[in-house]
Amino acid sequence: MIGRYVLRFGALGYLAFLLLIPVGLIFYRTFEHGFQPAWEAVTNPQALHALWLTLIIAAIAVPANTLFGVVLAIALVRHRFPGRGLVNAVVDLPLALSPVVVGFSLYLLYGTGGWLGGLSEHGIKILFALPGMTLATIFVSLPFVVREVVPVLREIGTDQEQAAETLGAAPFTTFRRITLPAIRWAVCYGVVLTTARVIGEFGAVSIVSGRIEGKTETLPLYVQSQFEGFNTTGAFAASVVLALIALTTVLAMRIFRPKEGVA
Amino acid sequence: MGITVVEVTKQFGDFVALDDVSVAIPEGSLTALLGPSGSGKSTLLRVIAGLEEPDRGQVLLGDDDVTHQPARARGVGMVFQHYAAFKHMTVWENVAFGLKVRKRPKDEIRTRVHELLELVQLEGLAKRYPAQLSGGQRQRMALARALAVDPEVLLLDEPFGALDARVRKELRAWLRRLHDEVHVTTIIVTHDQEEAMEVAGQIVVINQGRVEQVGTPRELYDSPANEFVMSFVGPVNKIGDTFVRPRDISLTLEPEGECAEAMVERVVHLGFEVRAELVRHDGQHLIAQLTQEEAQALELERGLIVYVRPSRQTVFTR
Amino acid sequence: MASNAAVSVRAPGAVLGRAGGALARGIAVCYLSLIVLVPLAALIWSSRSQGVQSFWDEVTKPEALAALKLTLGAALLVAAFNAVTGTAIAWVLVRDSFRGKGFFNAVIDLPFALPTIVAGLVLLELYGPNSPFGVDLAFQRAGLVLALLFVTLPFVVRAVQPVLLELDQEMEEAAESLGAGRIAVFRRIVFPNLLPAILSGVALAFARAVGEFGSVVLISGNIPFKTEVSSVYIAGQVESDNPAGAAAVSVVLLLISLGVLLLIGAFRHWRTQHDR
Repeated sequence: MIGRYVLRFGALGYLAFLLLIPVGLIFYRTFEHGFQPAWEAVTNPQALHALWLTLIIAAIAVPANTLFGVVLAIALVRHRFPGRGLVNAVVDLPLALSPVVVGFSLYLLYGTGGWLGGLSEHGIKILFALPGMTLATIFVSLPFVVREVVPVLREIGTDQEQAAETLGAAPFTTFRRITLPAIRWAVCYGVVLTTARVIGEFGAVSIVSGRIEGKTETLPLYVQSQFEGFNTTGAFAASVVLALIALTTVLAMRIFRPKEGVA
Repeated sequence: MGITVVEVTKQFGDFVALDDVSVAIPEGSLTALLGPSGSGKSTLLRVIAGLEEPDRGQVLLGDDDVTHQPARARGVGMVFQHYAAFKHMTVWENVAFGLKVRKRPKDEIRTRVHELLELVQLEGLAKRYPAQLSGGQRQRMALARALAVDPEVLLLDEPFGALDARVRKELRAWLRRLHDEVHVTTIIVTHDQEEAMEVAGQIVVINQGRVEQVGTPRELYDSPANEFVMSFVGPVNKIGDTFVRPRDISLTLEPEGECAEAMVERVVHLGFEVRAELVRHDGQHLIAQLTQEEAQALELERGLIVYVRPSRQTVFTR
Repeated sequence: MASNAAVSVRAPGAVLGRAGGALARGIAVCYLSLIVLVPLAALIWSSRSQGVQSFWDEVTKPEALAALKLTLGAALLVAAFNAVTGTAIAWVLVRDSFRGKGFFNAVIDLPFALPTIVAGLVLLELYGPNSPFGVDLAFQRAGLVLALLFVTLPFVVRAVQPVLLELDQEMEEAAESLGAGRIAVFRRIVFPNLLPAILSGVALAFARAVGEFGSVVLISGNIPFKTEVSSVYIAGQVESDNPAGAAAVSVVLLLISLGVLLLIGAFRHWRTQHDR
């Protein structure tokens, strides 16, 4: 039976080494010079702006992807239409695609000479501004709600919806009272995943935003600029904020995880 | 090879699955472990198989104490309720598995698998996958697989439970014939008393981790050891402390001897048998069973007043 | 872009009503196109705009090639390593039981939840010049691999866990009763049934590793020909105002991503083949 213990301690040791120690280090490094410098590092105007920007983008991207995610999921599962396979592939693409490629394609599209480059001439600034950063973030976080809702929709089948129909419910009523409650937890879980991805986004936003300090820096970008400016306390303090959000996410994932996972 | 179970006790946490169970299974017999859900019959089978270790007691295969030997060393063949088919292997590969694991030569494997597939009548399906077979076919494959390694003992855990009624009946008869041919000591676990009575030569009735009675189907039916066995093995009317089989309730149109008045509430025609649901004048409900002729002679129908008398009854001393 | 040719299946599930459904579908497809398809189309167009020769030149530039080779090599290595460790971790989390299992199970999600730049920063602190362990993996391929191992951890684990949970343990018991030892049971029964899930996880891990940016950009030092991966190369090309170079390599990465998605689809199909 020692095989079991070797395996257990091997696996857990690997996890401790790879995950726990690094994350623990974030907290250590942040407060190693005391609480005051760390506090100042996250409450200065640049840092606060970065946090605010991150939250604004989240406030736009998450609801958008949730709403369209549910609609897309229903379309994919309940309706048959030409191009369904393509839609499926496109939805999954952000999971496999480098964020830098994402950011760069937006850069090409909205930059001067790009197909929608004309927008900036009319005063609508996409690149190096909030709209572009939001579009990039929506792109990379697109799949999560859809992918969580699709299997649930498939599993519950149409029985209940059909029953509601025979009882006289109009389509939207059926949706509101039958479908939506059934997918509620899957949507919650998808929202948690989406939020985590949105807040943590770095690569795509890095390219699209131009990383203008104080103007187009999200909190992850702030971490990088602080580090490059040799302000490690600042970098770590911002990292603590992000790590705390991450830990909350992990907790939320544990709570909302669909039953097919591990309890 | 006979099997002897000596004072086996097995607990799961607070739950006592087997309580001081001792059973002797004669060599070459087909024995049924019969009992309701949760009675411990499957646990007993798994202890004999070596998939569970008892907390106390011994298991002997022949003369050997195998209590602490794991399943793979015992040479038992096992068949599971939900087939446990290796779904990623073909039928042929499934049956060949035990032989491959023992590193038998290829020719031997080929001959043996072919032989067994013929025995279980699955020759044409060797290249199929379990998912492509019906439930009955999967179970026959599982039997072939278990027999492939020439086990001393064959253990079947509710093998027909997942199949529909007609297939179940077919496979029961088929199992009996197979046993007549192959003569391996076989134990079958079932909660279906009809199945046990039909298939087994000896039945062990188990309830709440204890053996209630061991005997032939006839012995269990005619001389049940206690109330549990009597009511489990067939339908029974409980009148106070007395137990009467439906068949043993005689109905007459006129009072005859010591009898009670009753009214027919419902008549059910079950083919060649007729079941009458009666209520006695004192409120006691009874079920009587008659042949078609008997029912016709009485002109049995709902609302008829009859006189009931047990022609045979059993009382158990506590 | 609107789905006027759509055929909705009537009684089984026209949840939003036929007209409402078509409208919703249309809007959803527009959304997808605007967000994903149009930008990618712009990318592909841009890479072709200077002609195939120019595309090829950019892709085969020594620095670009070196980055690509390193990216693919590191991703393959990390994916293979995860195949083993991920399966082992999933096994321990499903089959073993010990206090704190729930904690370790939750912790697997950390690399997903933590921003990559933070992960990169932390790994640099732990294994770079300031390392309390006395190692210095910064500006080295080892550092790169370490960062990739961090971000790809969850993929194989989470892919294998549900399959392992659902696995019919009676199959293993049957194999045991037929004489198979523990290793034989794993090799012949458990592993073949886990393989499609492992491969799906590996494919996702590979794709993630190929595209990874935030966690490697600090610890690897981005030294051309040594520790520069393709994603960093692309960012560099953007900064040095060579969009053609960036576009060419981007298209290569895009093609790799599409290839991986196809593979995953194939594995999913394979997995459901043997199901009851």
